[in-house]
Amino acid sequence: MNALIEAHGLSVAYGPAAPVLTHVDFTLNPGEIVTIVGPNGSGKSTLLRALLGMVPAAEGKVTRAPGLRVGYVPQKLHLDANLPLSVERFLRLTRRLDADTVAHLLSRVGAPGLETRAMATLSGGQMQRVMLARALAGDPQLLVLDEPTQGLDQPGTAAFYRLIETVRRELGCAVLSVSHDLHVVMSASDRVVCLNGHVCCEGTPSVVSNAPEYRALFGLGTQGAFALYQHHHDHGADHPDHPHDHETCDHDH
Amino acid sequence: MIIDAFLLRALAAGLMAALAAAPLGCFVVWRRMAYFGDATAHAAILGVALALGFDLSIFVGTLVTAFGMALFVSVLSGRGWAMDTTLGVLAHSALALGLVAASFLTGTRVDLTAFLFGDILTVRPSELWGMAAGTLGVLALMAWRWEALLTATISEDLALSLNIKPERERLILTLALALAVAVSLKVVGALLIGALLVVPPATARVFARSPERMAIGAVIVAALAVVAGLGASLTWDTPAGPSIVVAAATLFVAALSVGGLSSDRRAR
Repeated sequence: MNALIEAHGLSVAYGPAAPVLTHVDFTLNPGEIVTIVGPNGSGKSTLLRALLGMVPAAEGKVTRAPGLRVGYVPQKLHLDANLPLSVERFLRLTRRLDADTVAHLLSRVGAPGLETRAMATLSGGQMQRVMLARALAGDPQLLVLDEPTQGLDQPGTAAFYRLIETVRRELGCAVLSVSHDLHVVMSASDRVVCLNGHVCCEGTPSVVSNAPEYRALFGLGTQGAFALYQHHHDHGADHPDHPHDHETCDHDH
Repeated sequence: MIIDAFLLRALAAGLMAALAAAPLGCFVVWRRMAYFGDATAHAAILGVALALGFDLSIFVGTLVTAFGMALFVSVLSGRGWAMDTTLGVLAHSALALGLVAASFLTGTRVDLTAFLFGDILTVRPSELWGMAAGTLGVLALMAWRWEALLTATISEDLALSLNIKPERERLILTLALALAVAVSLKVVGALLIGALLVVPPATARVFARSPERMAIGAVIVAALAVVAGLGASLTWDTPAGPSIVVAAATLFVAALSVGGLSSDRRAR
């Protein structure tokens, strides 16, 4: 089985600042659901971007399978209210899709009939589904989601992850996502990578949730996860100079 | 038939400015770059002063300084400068510097009014060729990069995942903006180019249901404003450039009042 993406000794730095990621080894196999978790500023999104070649590696190497088809779901869109963009037009950005395909994609993600709706009027949940539909349009081998449930409430988050599982079953694509919604994500993943500037621990959800490194980072129960969830929302996006939790997760630099 | 000739040239110049500014103006609106457009346009006055001082073509002088300013702003914003303040400093400094530089020009006294407020009725046939080339340049860039520009505007991450480089698209917009400024300078003047960029797209937005229709609508609004502004200028002897902008603003108000009554107030 050839890996879809492989990274060896990957380090990423933004400018002259200390690297956000150091010596990360990572492999993603076809059909796998892998979730990257970690505290705010741990480099989760950066790892995702480096694996897709969206940011250059400072050190190490990333190899992607030749011709890899990636469906990417961004964190959020920057839609100005003055941009008249229908759902259908959004799905057709840089792609030619006929009306049947558009309708099929929207019903597959549980958002049928939204074709003519303006993107700016969608609810958070609808927006995520439409972005997922767009990512599925290219028949991806790999679906990549960067904190897909930001701004969704708990039932919305759970529903969205159930949808991802369904899609994965139907398409057989690998799913790589970044998340802080630990209690929901864990059960759906084949493998969890716990990140804090480097890979703290990884394995099946049960292995990781029992690992001392993970417990030190996130606490023992949902309590820790909830605290992190709140904390993350206070700060918005990941930021490299956000202080890392040095007491709980030892860095080797 | 002297009147016909200069009127036709004015009309041609105005319509070319409309064609160059309107589709580009849509991106200025969608990316919230209105102040960026102003800074680029104001830098054109410095270009005029330099062109006159070094005996260069004014079209080339404005193109180069406008592009230089736009690049400079892009670099600063890439380094995380607070854009509102930075643009405020740069826009006004460029304008003032241009006015001061022009005052040093010896020999023929330079009347900058034409470049500040436009002087469409004195467009020479030779100038029309430069404007035509600039307009074609902007339209070609827009047509060639439309999907990529739109994607990068909606989400830089999404663009990156599709192998579209947001920095490259930004550079293309910057170049198109400099071209549009050089084309529009003689039509509405450096101080009002910003209006030509923003008002027609804002008017077209009221009825547009897709990005493409908004761009086409903006061209139509801008062209109508040029014709109406020129007509008003001839009828009432008002300055042509400001008259064109007033006509565009009138169309905007009319569109808002009609659109506000008939449409379903799409969520903003």
